[in-house]
Amino acid sequence: MKSTPLYRLQQFLGKSIPIIILTIYSLIALFPIVMILMNSFKAKNAIFGAPFQFPTSETFSLIGYDTVIQRATFSTYFLNSSIVTFTALILTLFIGAMAAFALAEYDFRGNALVALYLSLGIMIPIRLGTVGILRLMVSLKLVNTLTGLILIYVAQSLPMTIFILSQFMRQVPKDLKDAARIDGASEYRIFGMVLPLVRPAIGAIGIFTMIPIWNDLWFPLILAPSAKTATVTLGVQQFLGQWVSDWNAVLSSLTLAMIPILVVYLIFSKQMIGSITAGAVK
Amino acid sequence: MQQSKRHSSFPIHIAVFLAPAVLLYSLFMVIPLVNSLRLSFFEISSQNQLSFSGLQNYIKLFTDSNFAPFFWRALKNNFVFFAVHMLVQNPIGLLLAALLAAGGRIRNFFRTVLFMPTVLSVVIIGFVWQLILNPLWGVAEGMLTAVGLGEWFGPWLGKPETALVTVALISVWQFVGIPMILFYAALIGIPDELTEAAHVDGASAWDIFWRIKFPLILPTVGIVSVLTFVGNFNAFDLIYTMKGANAGPDFATDIMGTLFYRTFFGQQLQLGNPTMGATVAAMMFLIILTGVLLYMFLWARRVQTYEM
Repeated sequence: MKSTPLYRLQQFLGKSIPIIILTIYSLIALFPIVMILMNSFKAKNAIFGAPFQFPTSETFSLIGYDTVIQRATFSTYFLNSSIVTFTALILTLFIGAMAAFALAEYDFRGNALVALYLSLGIMIPIRLGTVGILRLMVSLKLVNTLTGLILIYVAQSLPMTIFILSQFMRQVPKDLKDAARIDGASEYRIFGMVLPLVRPAIGAIGIFTMIPIWNDLWFPLILAPSAKTATVTLGVQQFLGQWVSDWNAVLSSLTLAMIPILVVYLIFSKQMIGSITAGAVK
Repeated sequence: MQQSKRHSSFPIHIAVFLAPAVLLYSLFMVIPLVNSLRLSFFEISSQNQLSFSGLQNYIKLFTDSNFAPFFWRALKNNFVFFAVHMLVQNPIGLLLAALLAAGGRIRNFFRTVLFMPTVLSVVIIGFVWQLILNPLWGVAEGMLTAVGLGEWFGPWLGKPETALVTVALISVWQFVGIPMILFYAALIGIPDELTEAAHVDGASAWDIFWRIKFPLILPTVGIVSVLTFVGNFNAFDLIYTMKGANAGPDFATDIMGTLFYRTFFGQQLQLGNPTMGATVAAMMFLIILTGVLLYMFLWARRVQTYEM
């Protein structure tokens, strides 16, 4: 019975239909991105005349990139975004790891309460406090500074970081820490010992912390809109607003803004997706 | 013995570990949030003086002709936005996850590709789709014509009737990766033993999915719904990028996020008003809180979580 043509047809369809659907959806996901990347390397005639063609030797042009590099202060934007993202990331991971360690390791009074207090921020968007945040930043003279942005992003990222890291730290074997304690290690030394053991988790959380910070528009727009402190996301938003009619410049600035995140994503996608599914695979 | 030692005084190292996180989080998130909620009960004078005004701001928001029509429209639009995500994004996410979870090496490739739009900035996505849908460039029209649907094409982003759903679908296109990956993680966590017996009995893949797997991932369905709900109130970036702070055409794409921004910072003719802005934010807070509480008490309590 298992070798009847009907059964084999079913088997074949069962295997190929999922692949077909996934392929179609992948095209839908990739198509807009590819269109932008591809056309950014073409002359204006070709962008409009043959948008679906790859650039050829006749249509190839870097004129958009020339405009962008001359007119926009992209290097400033990149530097600002990098400083903000990197500093906020390091602070979040270190401060978050410390708090996660305390919550996971010690059975002190009020532990559950502190954990609950810190995890409130997972569900409530920090943007709802914008009126209060702007007033605070004005009084601290941190408007139009990268420091202001960094502090907000650390506060925003801590709840999730602490929540996830404390779960991982609970899994570190007790014997290891107790042995170190008997040898007279201080609690700070033990924290330093545990940190490398949860490195994979820190890596994954790091990427998930980094992407929303790099991509954020709201806080750069509200707290640091000056030309000196604009981030890539805000810079692109403002630059594109002014250059709507210069298609070469628009396409190439979009490409320039996409590339860094795509590169980071392609390098780390395995760890990133792996970390979400890690709990599930046994 | 250890107990008496720990309880008599709070160990200093625990305080050291917790202090930076608790301080930063309180100072830059909790206190400003509480302050914003408090400000919604105050009025601000032209000299920047605050005076307590009770529920005046709320009454103004619900009834004043300068605020109420905008508020109710933004709220309605937010629910349309949410409905599009629940009806389109999450079912597609579930379908893709079910196909991915079936296994195989090529599926890792699909997983990476399908999640890609999710990592890009909303600003970039907004501009990318503005270009793709631009009738001037004609890319979307060209694509539709190629599959015989050319007549369907219209200036969707420019028409009040279609703009909101179009923007919502662009957001769906970008964020479908999130429900996909969460459902995927839940599905691959289901042990094979649970489905093997049904397989042997000759149940179809369709039946196995809906009768065995789907009930097992109901907790994830709840989490995805709450995330979708909360995420809607962060949808400012996309609308601001594509349609500006005025959420055109004719406020057709205005949602709570853009309303909050305009009320707080003002627009062409109207001055910004921090206390009214705080009132809009407080309403968003209440709506989110209601959603999360409904989820916790009506859904999370009833849905059984299976130990797998």
